[in-house]
Amino acid sequence: MIRTEVRVQSTPLDVQAEMAEFYSADASVGGVVNFVGLMRDMNEGDRVAAMTLEHYPGMTEKALEAIVAEAAERWETLMVRVVHRIGEIRPKDPIVLVAVAGAHRGEAFRACEFIIDYLKTQAPFWKREEIAGGGARWVEARASDDAAASAWESSEKIDR
Amino acid sequence: MIRILYFASLRERLAQAEEQVDTMAETVAALKTELAARGGVWAEVFDGGLHVLAAVNQEMATADQPLHDGDEVGFFPPVTGG
Repeated sequence: MIRTEVRVQSTPLDVQAEMAEFYSADASVGGVVNFVGLMRDMNEGDRVAAMTLEHYPGMTEKALEAIVAEAAERWETLMVRVVHRIGEIRPKDPIVLVAVAGAHRGEAFRACEFIIDYLKTQAPFWKREEIAGGGARWVEARASDDAAASAWESSEKIDR
Repeated sequence: MIRILYFASLRERLAQAEEQVDTMAETVAALKTELAARGGVWAEVFDGGLHVLAAVNQEMATADQPLHDGDEVGFFPPVTGG
């Protein structure tokens, strides 16, 4: 039985604490893949001092659960956890953790990448960044993120 | 009645987070047209070539998705999480 958990939190994301359970789960786990998205201090050529993450309560959790469920259907995994920050963060702070444990590495790698690619285009989060020296702006969506997600629907990324 | 929620840059431009509307709109596209008819920033947001995404009952929706009494509709810009 696959164990999944999705969570949205306004408190700091403790990656090590989140991962501890993955390494002590059970002996059927042969590999763990995790992606951690961090806040950068540069965007569009400007220094960014801080960022505020907003979301759509209710829809966010549903969207994340749907993405995780689809990944679990496409690849054999044992544990999946997605944790996403909301609220105010600073450069170097973790924004998102996607952790996948599987019997073998291949399925875990692909499930992890699929989840973060879909999260970027399907989960209702928005970033507002504060520019160092003054001013604030909403971060624009990237075409490359749309391309990464839609590649999973074509032959560019194949389920193996 | 339909409950409408606005998020992120849309909420700021419209200066409104949510409202209840009595509408005859049968689809998401028709609701957008109704909102644009309010003029001003509403026209800019819903009829100005801006990329506005919609969710119906907290699931991503297409323009032709039907609406029903009691639905919750969310309007927002392209998402930027992760």
